[in-house]
Amino acid sequence: MNDVLLMLVSILDSTIRVSTPLILCAMAGVFSERSGIVDIGLEGKMLAGAFAAAATAAVTGSAWLGLGCAIIVSVGMALLHGFACITHRGNQVVSGLAINILASGLTVTLGIAWFAQGGQTPQLSGDARFAALEFPGAAAVADVPVIGAIYSELLSGHNLLVYLALLAVPLTWWVIFRSRFGLRLRAVGENPQAVDTAGISVAWLRYRAVMCAGILCGIAGTYLSTAQNAAFLKDMSAGKGYIALAALIFGKWHPKAALFACLLFGFLEALSVRLQGVQLPVIGEVPVQLMQALPYVLTVILLAGFIGKAIAPKAIGIPYNKER
Amino acid sequence: MSNRTLPAWIDIGLIPLINICLAFIVSAGIIMLIGESPVEAVQVMLFGAFGYGEGIGYTLYYATNFIFTGLAVAVAFHAGLFNIGGEGQAYLGGLGVGLVCLMLDSWLPWWALLPFAIVAGGLFGAAWAYIPAYLQAYRGSHIVITTIMFNFIASALMVYLLVNVLIEPGSMSPQTRSIAEGATLPYMYQVFAAFGIEIEQSPLNVSLILALLACVLVWLLIWHTRWGYAIRMIGFNEKAAVYSGINTRRTIVISMCISGALAAMVGINEVMGAQQRVLLEFVAGAGFTGIAVSLMGRNHPLGIIAASVLFGALYQGGAELSFEISTITRDLVVVIQGLVILFCGALAYMLKPTLEKLFLRYTLSKATRQDSLKEEAQS
Repeated sequence: MNDVLLMLVSILDSTIRVSTPLILCAMAGVFSERSGIVDIGLEGKMLAGAFAAAATAAVTGSAWLGLGCAIIVSVGMALLHGFACITHRGNQVVSGLAINILASGLTVTLGIAWFAQGGQTPQLSGDARFAALEFPGAAAVADVPVIGAIYSELLSGHNLLVYLALLAVPLTWWVIFRSRFGLRLRAVGENPQAVDTAGISVAWLRYRAVMCAGILCGIAGTYLSTAQNAAFLKDMSAGKGYIALAALIFGKWHPKAALFACLLFGFLEALSVRLQGVQLPVIGEVPVQLMQALPYVLTVILLAGFIGKAIAPKAIGIPYNKER
Repeated sequence: MSNRTLPAWIDIGLIPLINICLAFIVSAGIIMLIGESPVEAVQVMLFGAFGYGEGIGYTLYYATNFIFTGLAVAVAFHAGLFNIGGEGQAYLGGLGVGLVCLMLDSWLPWWALLPFAIVAGGLFGAAWAYIPAYLQAYRGSHIVITTIMFNFIASALMVYLLVNVLIEPGSMSPQTRSIAEGATLPYMYQVFAAFGIEIEQSPLNVSLILALLACVLVWLLIWHTRWGYAIRMIGFNEKAAVYSGINTRRTIVISMCISGALAAMVGINEVMGAQQRVLLEFVAGAGFTGIAVSLMGRNHPLGIIAASVLFGALYQGGAELSFEISTITRDLVVVIQGLVILFCGALAYMLKPTLEKLFLRYTLSKATRQDSLKEEAQS
């Protein structure tokens, strides 16, 4: 009984760790896509943020400066996306793709030029990383059955950015559904003409939305390189931005549902690591690749309309043209 | 849509040229940022890509892949669809090519095997494009998202198949056995040698001819057939296409299948030609480069050939560059690729308003000058 509980707690524990960047990126996607801007550039912004954070932390020795730099770089890329799609009404998918490819190439090129370690940044330690936070009394209650394990292993002992990611969900929900800015943001994603008629600038609203997305992607990148790992590695985002995009769609562009989608996809990844080489009763060994492909397969099935219906914001992907 | 105030030569000639130049200027800035000389880098790249026989061979070998994926993206673009799934379709296409070659290579010579390989690869690639296309046309899910998902599914599927099913028994690395010698495509140096002309060895093979043939076929399809007309009409205005009686759903599915089959031809070049086996990640980003190529070549076969050669040169020159200058790797080429997509794709219309204004001022001033000349003549 206790073994099963411990295994469950440890799988859930790694689920939270794996899901953190997904949650942050999915919330970034909520901001951007709810305002009508397709954001397949989540991956690139996160990667650029990861590099900026690790590079700054390696030079200055401060994880906080790294976080700040990651946010600046990521917001910069978001503004580039905005400049292309909002100001110049370019194709949003093409722009997002350009950002992803640019980030993938530029991080390694600059990494080699600045650190000469084959595209990696130097190993970080001490204050240059976000360390685990121990909750008060975690060690004391660790021996209490069930609750102790859950409190000390599952809830306590993560780093600050994990809690920040979990906090970002209600915050995003509040901003999108309870604030005036959020109301306008949703309106601009559904019917920009109406917002424009009300005398509110469509472009400025959308710019603020992509900047919010930039901030969240920057935090996600910082988590990858200074909290989960101790250095920037080439292409370390490894498709997480796309999984977050899938989770965003799976969650029907809603923060709460997207959170559960992220946790589900994170759980699948944690489980696939755990199940490697394990013979299950009846089905035998589950191929790792199947578990890896499952988030994408599930999203496609959802999009096909077999699990409920995912309805995108109405004006998504359509550049707003004022002079018509 | 904006009124056509610019003459065609500015719209389809000058603006793309300026955009490409901007992409290269920013690239030069990045090279300067990392402390190297852009002039030297360009020299090394040009020599590496065109300076000697082997380099030219490699340039054209890379270009072959990009022509296929560029055409694939272009066909979908003409129907107003954005096919990001070229990578996965090419990967699966390579599987189809590989399976046929491994099944029949002991019986058939390459020229008899090639049609089967083309059909099998094309079917696999088209099938991988069919599902997203069907979902877009009949279930209303967005093709961009589904093709992205299918790239990842393809990648996972191929790893599974190569590691567990197709791996050569006793081999450590996840790849199939080699295709028998007579069944692989002849290299270009062998073809030339048969005519008594010596050229340097490179992986360039007869797929280049297939790629050029594909360009002609796509040109005929898009501009000279009824299907092509339907495809372009959907791209221009889907509603008008519906009213004029075109079966848009079927046309969307057909154009995506053609697109997938074209991307799959990368498998002919790689699996049956250069690598002579199926191995992990043999597509190596060609599907994404195809997007840059298609944007740069304005979705026209001639433009695609030119852009493919340019990107082939960048890939080959980039490899050379990483030997010559230690601080530069091929990732620089990825940066340039990203910038080309940014400037030729997303920011394609950035300069249009400015140029329109300049052009208008120029024509106006010319008109007023002529008017004043006339007045002078009259008085």
